[in-house]
Amino acid sequence: MTPAEVDTRIRALIEPFNKKDVAITDATTFQHDLEFDSLTVMDFVAEIEDEFDIIISMNQQAEIETYGQLVTAVHKLQDS
Amino acid sequence: MTDTATATAAPKGDLLSKFDDTIQTRETLLASGVTDPFNLVMEKVLSPTRAICNGRDTILLGTYNYMGMTFDPDVIDAGKQALADFGSGTTGSRVLNGTYQGHKECEDALREFYGMDHAMVFSTGYQANLGIISTLAGKGDYIVLDIDSHASIYDGCKMGDAEIVPFRHNDIEAMEKRLKRIPEGAGKLVILEGVYSMLGDVAPLKEMVAIAKQHGAMVLVDEAHSMGFIGENGRGVAEEQGVIDDVDFIIGTFSKSVGTVGGFCVSNHPKFDIMRLVCRPYVFTASLPPSVVATAATSINKLRHGANKRAHLWENSKRLHAGLKELGFELGTDTPQSAIVAVIMPDLERGAMMWEALLKQGLYVNLARPPATPANMTLLRCSLCAEHSAEEVETILERFERAGKATGIIAG
Repeated sequence: MTPAEVDTRIRALIEPFNKKDVAITDATTFQHDLEFDSLTVMDFVAEIEDEFDIIISMNQQAEIETYGQLVTAVHKLQDS
Repeated sequence: MTDTATATAAPKGDLLSKFDDTIQTRETLLASGVTDPFNLVMEKVLSPTRAICNGRDTILLGTYNYMGMTFDPDVIDAGKQALADFGSGTTGSRVLNGTYQGHKECEDALREFYGMDHAMVFSTGYQANLGIISTLAGKGDYIVLDIDSHASIYDGCKMGDAEIVPFRHNDIEAMEKRLKRIPEGAGKLVILEGVYSMLGDVAPLKEMVAIAKQHGAMVLVDEAHSMGFIGENGRGVAEEQGVIDDVDFIIGTFSKSVGTVGGFCVSNHPKFDIMRLVCRPYVFTASLPPSVVATAATSINKLRHGANKRAHLWENSKRLHAGLKELGFELGTDTPQSAIVAVIMPDLERGAMMWEALLKQGLYVNLARPPATPANMTLLRCSLCAEHSAEEVETILERFERAGKATGIIAG
């Protein structure tokens, strides 16, 4: 899967979690721009993990702050 | 950074400024005039179920003192004797000068209680989780754990540097999916709790332990809130659900049913004893005082024969749960599953009001709030004791009714 395809699929997954309809760019942060709390993070991560059949450990999650970083990380993980 | 900084501007580089939001929340709560729920002092403790708080005779319903062993005469005598014979403290690590006869006897009592080959006593329950988890699962290993796991479990995971993979609370399918995705050949540890202390609900250990084993994972179960009470011999939820033989490590504490302080791990693993040399939170701290291990050993030996107390504790839990439900309170579980009954509050402010209203009537419960609670809930957590009389439980319900109506949490 190309990074663009990964991006498209994550964009679809994030929609129900994007309650305030924030315009999402690569620089959008989960904590501040999207205001995800820890529960939302868990649910959102679980959706991505199921969609791509991957594990994003909490250690990896700690490194991911922005939407762009997430797409890059998922692209890498589903490739390996 | 957030833009809700406190009124008192901090100097640049103040490392405590990261707690400004927490300070603000606390100040807002106290400004409403309620008694500080996190600063209660018990001036006198009368029994496992009664204390004097703010000069008032108070029923204790938030102590985890499930089996009421803290004032057991045999337990007290054992402690006094050990204090006289062995002194007030060991001043040393278990692996140097800190292992006395009493520490061995305490580990013997645990091995007998659980019917297991090995037992290792730590200075606290927190350190037992910290030590065992961080030593078992290191870099490159995977830990699959319930998202609602206790702070000591998360801290142990972090200290060991393993990959941490949480799954939705008590969700068997979510756990299995994650186990399936772990790379071939990686070490796997599944961590579960028998009773989750916030809502008092029980884990489906029968299914989860079986699935973990199918996927070649080792299993650790924290039975802190079930020891002494759940299971035919009080060994916990794993015993009750018939899977204790498939659990590799059981973690527990002396600060609940046992009635003192300390933590432990029991296991049948043939190499378990090496943990004494490689587990840093075991090695690099002083061992428990002789009086503490003596009271623990005596208490554990008595808990083996505690069937009548267990039966009475179940009756108390069922009555309190049914009574609170009848009054219209929202509870953490549909049915009573443990000695914990969690009452869900609409928010922190009203939770603190209700907590204070109960305290003023002479009833102490735990106020639990985020981040310790799941789903950002504010809870009034009640933990019952086998020494609460049936009449005391009725008194507790009357006080809940009055406080609930006065604060508008239930319809009056």
